Amino acid sequence: MLRLFFLVLMLLLTGCHQSVWNDPYPAAESGSNTLYLAFQERPKHLDPAIAYSTDAYEIIGQIVEPPLQYDYLKRPYTLIPLTLRNMPDIQYLDATGKPLVNNAPVAAIAQSIYTLHLTPGIFYQPHPAFARNRFGQYTYWPLTTSAWRQLNRWQDFTHHGTQELTAADYVYAIKRLASPQTNCPILGIMSDNIVGMKQLAAKLAHDHPHPGNDEFIDLDHYTLSGVRQIDRYTLQIRLYGKYPQFSYWLAMPFFAPIPRAVDAFYHQPGMSAHNFTLDWHPVGTGPYQLTLMNPNWRMVLSRNPNFHHERYPNTGSTDDAAKGLLRDAGKPLPFIDNIVFSLEKETIPYWNKFLQGYYDYSAISTDNFNQAIATGIKGNPHVTPALRNQGITLSTSTLPVVSYIAFNMHDSTVGGNSIRARRLRQAISIAVNYEEFITIFLNGRGIPAQSPIPPGIFGYDDTPADIDPVTYHLVDGHIERRPITDARRLLAEAGYPNGRDSQTGAPLVLYYDNTFTGPNAKAYVDWMVSQLARLNIQLISRSSDFNRFEDKIRHGTTQIFVDGWNADYPDPENFLALFYGPNSKLSSGGENDANYHNPAYDALFEQMKNMDNTPQRFAIIQQMVKILQQDAPWMFGYFPRQYVLRQAWIGPTKPMPIANNTIKYIHLNPALREQERTRWNRPVVWPLAAIAGILPLAGLSMWRIKRRRDERTAS
Amino acid sequence: MTRWQPVILWTDGLAWLGIMLMLILLFASRAQMRAGWQRLWQQPLAVISMLILLCYGSIGLVDSLHYRVRLPAINKQAQYSVTVYSVLDALLTPLRTHNETSYAAPLARRAFSATPERGAGGEVIEVRRPLQLGGQTPPHARTKLALRGALYGGITGVGLLLVIVSITRTFAARTTAPGQHVTPDPEPKFLWPKFPWPKFPWPKFPWRSFSLTLLLLSMLIGSTIELAGNFHVFGTNEIGQDVLYDSIKSVRTGLMMGCLATLVTLPLAVGLGLAAGYFGGWVDDLVQYVYTTLNAIPSVLLIAATVLLMQGFIETHPAMFDSTASRSDIRLLFLCVILGMTNWTGLCRILRGETLKLRELDYIQAARAFGVPSWRILWQHLLPNLSHLILISLVMDFSGLVLAEAVLSYIGVGVDPGMHSWGNMINAARLELSREPVIWWPLMAAFIGMFTLVLAANLFADAVREAFDPLAKR
Amino acid sequence: MIRYLLRRLLYAIPILLGVNLLTFCLFFMVNTPDDIARMHLGIKHVNHAAILNWEHSHGYDLPLFYNRHETHWQALTDTLFVHKSLSMFTLHFGLSDDGRDIAREIRQRAGPSLSIALPAFIIGLGTNISLALMLVWMRASLADRVGVIIAVALMSVSGLFYIIGGQFVIAHLWRWVPISGFVPGVDSWRFVLLPIAISVVAGIGNGMRWYRSIFLEEIGKDYVRTARAKGLDESRILFRHVLKNGMIPILTGAVTVLPLLFMGSLLTESFFGIPGLGSYVVDAIQSQDFAVVRAMVFIGSALYLIGLWLTDIAYGWVDPRVRLS
Repeated sequence: MLRLFFLVLMLLLTGCHQSVWNDPYPAAESGSNTLYLAFQERPKHLDPAIAYSTDAYEIIGQIVEPPLQYDYLKRPYTLIPLTLRNMPDIQYLDATGKPLVNNAPVAAIAQSIYTLHLTPGIFYQPHPAFARNRFGQYTYWPLTTSAWRQLNRWQDFTHHGTQELTAADYVYAIKRLASPQTNCPILGIMSDNIVGMKQLAAKLAHDHPHPGNDEFIDLDHYTLSGVRQIDRYTLQIRLYGKYPQFSYWLAMPFFAPIPRAVDAFYHQPGMSAHNFTLDWHPVGTGPYQLTLMNPNWRMVLSRNPNFHHERYPNTGSTDDAAKGLLRDAGKPLPFIDNIVFSLEKETIPYWNKFLQGYYDYSAISTDNFNQAIATGIKGNPHVTPALRNQGITLSTSTLPVVSYIAFNMHDSTVGGNSIRARRLRQAISIAVNYEEFITIFLNGRGIPAQSPIPPGIFGYDDTPADIDPVTYHLVDGHIERRPITDARRLLAEAGYPNGRDSQTGAPLVLYYDNTFTGPNAKAYVDWMVSQLARLNIQLISRSSDFNRFEDKIRHGTTQIFVDGWNADYPDPENFLALFYGPNSKLSSGGENDANYHNPAYDALFEQMKNMDNTPQRFAIIQQMVKILQQDAPWMFGYFPRQYVLRQAWIGPTKPMPIANNTIKYIHLNPALREQERTRWNRPVVWPLAAIAGILPLAGLSMWRIKRRRDERTAS
Repeated sequence: MTRWQPVILWTDGLAWLGIMLMLILLFASRAQMRAGWQRLWQQPLAVISMLILLCYGSIGLVDSLHYRVRLPAINKQAQYSVTVYSVLDALLTPLRTHNETSYAAPLARRAFSATPERGAGGEVIEVRRPLQLGGQTPPHARTKLALRGALYGGITGVGLLLVIVSITRTFAARTTAPGQHVTPDPEPKFLWPKFPWPKFPWPKFPWRSFSLTLLLLSMLIGSTIELAGNFHVFGTNEIGQDVLYDSIKSVRTGLMMGCLATLVTLPLAVGLGLAAGYFGGWVDDLVQYVYTTLNAIPSVLLIAATVLLMQGFIETHPAMFDSTASRSDIRLLFLCVILGMTNWTGLCRILRGETLKLRELDYIQAARAFGVPSWRILWQHLLPNLSHLILISLVMDFSGLVLAEAVLSYIGVGVDPGMHSWGNMINAARLELSREPVIWWPLMAAFIGMFTLVLAANLFADAVREAFDPLAKR
Repeated sequence: MIRYLLRRLLYAIPILLGVNLLTFCLFFMVNTPDDIARMHLGIKHVNHAAILNWEHSHGYDLPLFYNRHETHWQALTDTLFVHKSLSMFTLHFGLSDDGRDIAREIRQRAGPSLSIALPAFIIGLGTNISLALMLVWMRASLADRVGVIIAVALMSVSGLFYIIGGQFVIAHLWRWVPISGFVPGVDSWRFVLLPIAISVVAGIGNGMRWYRSIFLEEIGKDYVRTARAKGLDESRILFRHVLKNGMIPILTGAVTVLPLLFMGSLLTESFFGIPGLGSYVVDAIQSQDFAVVRAMVFIGSALYLIGLWLTDIAYGWVDPRVRLS
């Protein structure tokens, strides 16, 4: 025991010759220009044609480059070219194929043509798929069985090459969206919009009914009528009708280039068995390349040596300049050499390591909130003195997300367009006090929603004119939730005075469908039950796992359920489509979970969706929101705010929730980090000394007992 | 219509049934086990832990009597409420209804964290609001309340002790025929012999430990009751519910997991174990195959799969579960059944082995030779001789099952997340521990509640094994 | 002897088959291939065609047990049961729902799991045996009684408290080791130190008590009395004879659980972010990746049976009389 202890002590002392014992990173990395971030769960997909989640975009956003991106500094969110020379030229055609003027009425437009002009001289990251021998043949394609003997790990691909980005790569990538091998989640939407996409998908599915992972489907043998390469650096995309939101899609990784050589490389026999797939080793022209992919430990992005084409933006507002955001103006991107994402499943270690300086950024969970944030004199959040002493700063931003509770409009009690059901929904919407929810569960990190459109999106309006007149009213110029008495009155009008059916006297019982699991589940459910208890409504929670929940939504057997929507792009259409009748989940499997259907709303939606952001559009949106507020198919819930903490050694950054390729703008000071980490992590040594003192004492007393016993037995 | 409508949840019914069955079994085998019981009640630790377990048990049983209240009539049609309460809920009404908005520390008078409030001049200031329960009580009242409660509790405890002593005395006098008890030990080993204390019957019973524990327990309960009327004794949780209430309600969940899991699969284990041992041959092979197969599956995975399966069942039959209580109850029952499924194999194996031995005994062989039907041999001769093994296995498994509940909740396949349980409390506390200042009281309450129960159960199990298992030696 | 062991080994096959069938039924009742496809494809914009497509490309579009569209053997073999479940006997576990090779993943994760489970097991065995010996040595004294009660108290604490408490004090307050994480290779010792220590401490109560009772049983035997009568001193009896004979049941018991160490520890690994098999299982349950769960059930049962078999060998080796059966 004693020997073991000293062994451990020796190990501790020799292993930690530096004064810090708890550094979770290899010693070789200290002082390097590396950004340390965490990931909670491995991203399911990194293939840009499949990935569709925030955690995946955090990685591939740095690796692949779609044609467009969002301007880092400009607000409201503005698209700018990324690999293009300028913004796409858009040409509208009428039904006969004749060009139309730009402001032609939507009804007259039969097709739109987007012409994209690429910047020449953009090169891919070094990658084995591009490696060629001196005869110009690919080194690793096709692979022979004998070649496989030397290939076990990704590192065994020792030869790398690169090639220039051309229009053909984009064409190939768009065709890939239709491939049965890909299972692209947005194929449905794109088939409705890109000319010929549906036909291509059908033909591919017909020709390759059983596409295994090892089968290479050469998409160059197929044509997509709506997408055409004009020359080496130009391509044209043809859409049905007018679809202004298409530009936003062009900024998403779905439209990142995939060269044919890469597709061919990854679809060789044996590749997927070794986890050599695009899902694991994405390829792109972006500022970083994925150099280590171990989802059980860490993922490392390193600087792409072939990346030269982008510089820090030169123009920004005076506010940006004051915050130091223009300090790097005009300098070549990116600034950081390596980005290390470490696996961190639990929030406790994550937060602790952030405080110890081992993570450079941290989102704040509610539970760390009191420690991190104090509310200021005017209700403004700022970091607590303890954190300010550590040099940690806070930036806040509203996410393009709405978190809501919906009523299933097909339900016989809360659904339907009858006055009775509507009054019931309105009463419940008043009773569920989201202000309290935000205080208790989010520590104020949210804005109660008056409509489904979050701040920062065209159509959001925070003037008193826009308040939800059903659930809110103005008191001395402040927007306040209506009192519970209003809700009780509405409930009585709905035929349930004091929560009892006025005919039968049966107590009103409602069901709350949710997928709450984990530590806070009980609190969420209990809180919701207590809210409706104020109306004397009995709420029964039906918590289930995600699959069952989806099942219930699909079959329309939910009643009141929690859900949320994360915007694909910053356009109100993306949110208002959630109420569009033909999108109903039950009838068409669309995204309208509440199965809301109102002809007046649908007509306005069709009118609004293809308009540019004009005052007319704004007026129509307001009209639509008013309809929703009256019908109350949702309790609009809240728009979450993101609070991000940043260590002192990170340069100023601007929160940019809609874009995903912003790591390239970050600047850091490794020397300062090293110094602070050492200062913050001095181990507490006295317990070791105490143990070292106690153990010999215990041994001594044991020995004395033994001696006494021996003497006794001897005598 | 009566004012209350009794509601029998699945676990309620099964728990009561299981306890009855167990009592019948023990009664049937009283002759075989008499010596064991006598050995058991001579051990001070057994008596102490039994008292503690009785406290828990009575909480659990009171919490297993459910009812619904009648609502005032509308259109002359009276209806019952949908919410199901237990008798314990009724007893703890003040704890259940005095909710704060968020955290409050144990015995605190003000909320734990400050909330922004609009001051007189319209500016926002941060205030720690006084609590509903405790906010109005003067600060020095805590000690007074605690002492007063302890006094009341102590008096009740002494009274209770006197009642118990006099009852047992008459009982002992009636049952002990002259000459049966050979140790007339008139001098109780208790306090001062000169004082005219009532005569303690059953001289080998550890009366000193018994009275001391009873007294301490009643003092503790007394002061808790007195304090709980004016304060949140263990503080409140994230949404302002009383943590003491939460952990008292968790007792039933813990007990159900501990007992029901063994009880529901007991018939299976006993039946198969006896059959395998007694009949042998292909029956034996089959039973052995079944339990080896079940044993081979890692239990956590089996539990996870079954819990998910059962969730699907609940979702597809929503009409069968019309209240929150029945939904969480059926999940608890399933969990108990499946935990039992992973647990019964041990008992089954032991019973099989023991039956194999007993089968060869002379009187059994004789009974067989005389053509006594098998079921009679099993019921009259084998089962009573095996019931001590069943008892031992029941108490030995108990603590492990209570502990398993917490782990399963952590993995996400435990009891319903909306149910009161220590596992859910610990799970929630994971986040609370990383706060600064640390929210420690829900974890502490869960720890105390669980630790006391499991410790008492472990000590009792030790005592039972020592008393009944002829092979176990100190 | 060898024939006996071979027979025991063959006996494992029907059991594994039973496990296989049972888990297959359970999991395909819980999650239909439809559900799996939906989980895999995500929530936004999923249509029916995409689901069919996914099922097809992942081989989930087969019937469960009987394929009516095929003839002869194929009607039985071209089924989900054969393709997804029976194939595990050839150690082909297929791909997890997120498209990774399960067998490869398991191989990668066994190392980190073992690097905690094995040292924890060995150190724990050593600690428990020495503590138990210490108690036996002081038997029937106050120290012994207190020791037993402490052991009972230690085993009455939920494992979760050990982990939460240990992490809080050692890693958070005292900053001795990284609070969580793992590094492949030799450098991992800093990360496994705390999990190992916590596992050992959490196991002390149970182990110490159990081994104490084994030694006590041993000490009551005749040969000890004889030795004592011969005048051997107490320490020598204890450390020479009692320890040696007591080790037999302890080690044979240890052999039973040895293979299961591969499975890792669910709680410790998840709390400390160790990429082992235990956290693999927890993740798989939480994300309902049933391909992984089925594979782990299979491996778990196989390891359990190996453990039983090893125990047989150990008993035969220790006690030659067993060979008769």
